[in-house]
Amino acid sequence: MFAYYLELALRSLRRSPGLTALMVLAIGFGVAASMTTYSVFRAVSGDPIPWKSAQLFVPQIDNWGPKDRDTDGEPPSAMSYLDATTLMRDHRAKRQSAMYQISPSVVPTQAGKHPLNVTGHAVYSEFFPMLDVPFLYGNGWSAQDDAQRAAVAVISSKLNEKLFGNVDSVGRTVNIEGRDYRVVGVLDHWNPQPRFYDVTNTGGFSENVEDVFLPFERAISVGLPNNGNTNCNATPKESGFVGLQHSECVWIAYMAELDDAAAVSAYRQYLDAYAKNQQKAGRFGWAPNNRLRNLPDYLEQQQVVPRDTKVSLLVALCLLLVCLVNTVGLLLAKFLRRSGEIGVRRALGAPRKAIYLQFLTEAGMVGAAGGVLGLLLTGVGVASVGLVLPKSISDLARLDLSLLVITLLVAVSATLLAGLYPTFRASRVQPAWQLKSN
Amino acid sequence: MTLHPILAALRKHKAGVVLIAMQIALTLAIVCNAVFIIGQRIERVNRPTGLDESNLFLVTQQWVGAPGEDVPGGVDKLDAMQLEDLAALRQLPDVVSVAPINSMPLLDSSWNGAIATKPGDTQFRGKSVTRTTYYFSDEQVLPTLGVRLVAGRAFNAGDVVHQGFRDQRDPDIAILTKALADKLFPDGAVGKAVYLNGGNKPVTVIGVVERMQVPYAGGGDEVAWNSTLIPARLNANFARYAVRTKPGRLDDVMRAVMPALYKVNPMRVLDDDSVRSFGEIRDKAYRADLGMAILMGVVCLILLCVTAAGIVGLTSFWVGQRHRQIGVRRALGARKIDILHYFQIENLLIAGTGVVIGVLLAVGLNQWLMSHYEMTRIPVLYVLTGVLAMLAIGQAAVFVPARRASNVPPVVATRAV
Repeated sequence: MFAYYLELALRSLRRSPGLTALMVLAIGFGVAASMTTYSVFRAVSGDPIPWKSAQLFVPQIDNWGPKDRDTDGEPPSAMSYLDATTLMRDHRAKRQSAMYQISPSVVPTQAGKHPLNVTGHAVYSEFFPMLDVPFLYGNGWSAQDDAQRAAVAVISSKLNEKLFGNVDSVGRTVNIEGRDYRVVGVLDHWNPQPRFYDVTNTGGFSENVEDVFLPFERAISVGLPNNGNTNCNATPKESGFVGLQHSECVWIAYMAELDDAAAVSAYRQYLDAYAKNQQKAGRFGWAPNNRLRNLPDYLEQQQVVPRDTKVSLLVALCLLLVCLVNTVGLLLAKFLRRSGEIGVRRALGAPRKAIYLQFLTEAGMVGAAGGVLGLLLTGVGVASVGLVLPKSISDLARLDLSLLVITLLVAVSATLLAGLYPTFRASRVQPAWQLKSN
Repeated sequence: MTLHPILAALRKHKAGVVLIAMQIALTLAIVCNAVFIIGQRIERVNRPTGLDESNLFLVTQQWVGAPGEDVPGGVDKLDAMQLEDLAALRQLPDVVSVAPINSMPLLDSSWNGAIATKPGDTQFRGKSVTRTTYYFSDEQVLPTLGVRLVAGRAFNAGDVVHQGFRDQRDPDIAILTKALADKLFPDGAVGKAVYLNGGNKPVTVIGVVERMQVPYAGGGDEVAWNSTLIPARLNANFARYAVRTKPGRLDDVMRAVMPALYKVNPMRVLDDDSVRSFGEIRDKAYRADLGMAILMGVVCLILLCVTAAGIVGLTSFWVGQRHRQIGVRRALGARKIDILHYFQIENLLIAGTGVVIGVLLAVGLNQWLMSHYEMTRIPVLYVLTGVLAMLAIGQAAVFVPARRASNVPPVVATRAV
């Protein structure tokens, strides 16, 4: 019976090619526009580390006080050197790392090659296991290396290729900012977007792949300055990078891994106790005002998703809605035009259910055709997003299997939804009236 | 022609009428707001930086193995290296002037703080304190950037000092932009004292420039031109140089920069991003804004097309359905133009209802956007233009089927269907 309805639908659609084309085009364009903007939205709002984001937490400590808080009462989003290193020393989470952005120069060993500039982070050893960072060769460094301020480095596969060719370079030496470091690990294409571990210094999205990771305390001891944002509520008393470390300026990102609710509440208590201690010691003249958000909440609070993408997704969804309303109208016109045919079928004994099936089949076919067109147009749309949007965002928008399936599903189910009312009207056609009037 | 028969006929097509009106209402609401957003983006992109942007480029470079600022004598060594570079660049053929500078308008790398008319004041309340961006440069900065002095004097070579990049000492003198000067001193800023970042040291304003935008492109108009110029070279392991070339010689000079600087000192990082024309800096800063505007523009265009197509489709259906009635009217003496007008007025009625609802929706959507995103109230002009555009689109879309209707011959009335 279904095959028969398919054939009927095909014949009916062929009878009015103009109207059919209008419907297919409307659905195709509507779906493509919403899917293209959705792909951009999905790219920027995706969870960068979905299997672990609920266990990763970003502590914030209010070392500035009520005078320098924004109207929302939030503490600074980064940490001062004093707070970050104290938290590292206390080591209360399962794993944790303070980190700051660096932008050192690297001198290739080959003669005649000019020095190059790389970006990266100074981190603690637990950074790598905490964030499940993938390694191509070797591994991260040890806690002992942290403590000894060892001259070790983890480099990206890109830098590895540039400096050593595509070989295992573990144990070899790389010259960073005029000093030699021993390579202990090479990363396996790791470029999470948004750059969740350090939103304050990267703004969330970054085109550059991170090329070097050095031990935090080593970087501090050799005076490798920070390259990210520095926010101060007062001018530091001393000058230079050392002055920055002694100041209340915030420039260090921090992340901690806490496995369960008990660990989270224990850590929260620890933070509050720390702030209270600082209050007692006279450093803070205010009650504790800390935050401890898990990664998704923190990214939301930092508004990592560009606001424009949300608005354009909204506009695109509205477009889909208008396309649906449009399809309802056109299907209504199409179905009611065939009142005579319906009358005959009903008079010959077809139940309402049969009419429903017949016309929903037809609507579904329009939806499928619109979906296929929408798929093609989404492909075009996603490909051309790169022409207009910054590379850091457009590179993330991809046409993958899930987007294909969603596009088709949205098209067919939206059209079926749009077909419900016209089908209902068609099934209400009075056979006697139709037969009489003809 | 009276409206009565049209209304009576519409009552028989409630569903179709409601659908078209709804579609027009939704389209109006969305397109109005989207075009408003696009307009704001375009306005932002077209904001003047205050610079003479042609024949201007920026060099960003980093030394390798340079002494740190914390090392004794480090700052002086770094400054000597910077002066060497400046001399080399100033000697290049076709170079008009060169200035060291910590950042540029639209470069998105900024040093910001508070500027006040009273000492020790950092609270952004009232008119005596406001946010500002600091540019550190030397006596060549105004001619190099093409920024116009409107009051007081420019820096001279004797004013210029040098200091470590992280050495936040207050300067003796500063030049403000007109936007900033007018905010702090409505009756003339030259010779007055300002206080930076809550400090207590008076800084004398020696000059006012017409306009100079801050490095971040996204700021609102209230902060976009709040710049303060300070006569100092900042010394760090990296330095930026703004270079103005003779007209038409930009590309040649840009190509000559890398060899010239490597010749001074090969131990430095200079890569593809190191030498960028101001045009490139501007393009990069506004790429996201323009991209979003284009994306939304395309969506709006599709939306309008879909709505027009919907009107064509549904009106065609009505024309087909009323074939016989049209024939009867024609047989009874109605002219072709009467039939045409009938459908046009019918569409005007439906579209009119649609736009009334649409205006309410548009204002509602604008309110919602205002409460959730940083949006301003939509000007009446946008809504009014949208209303007229929707009515015009309705009329254009109805014309083809209506003409077909007017061509129905009267003889149809006598034919059995």
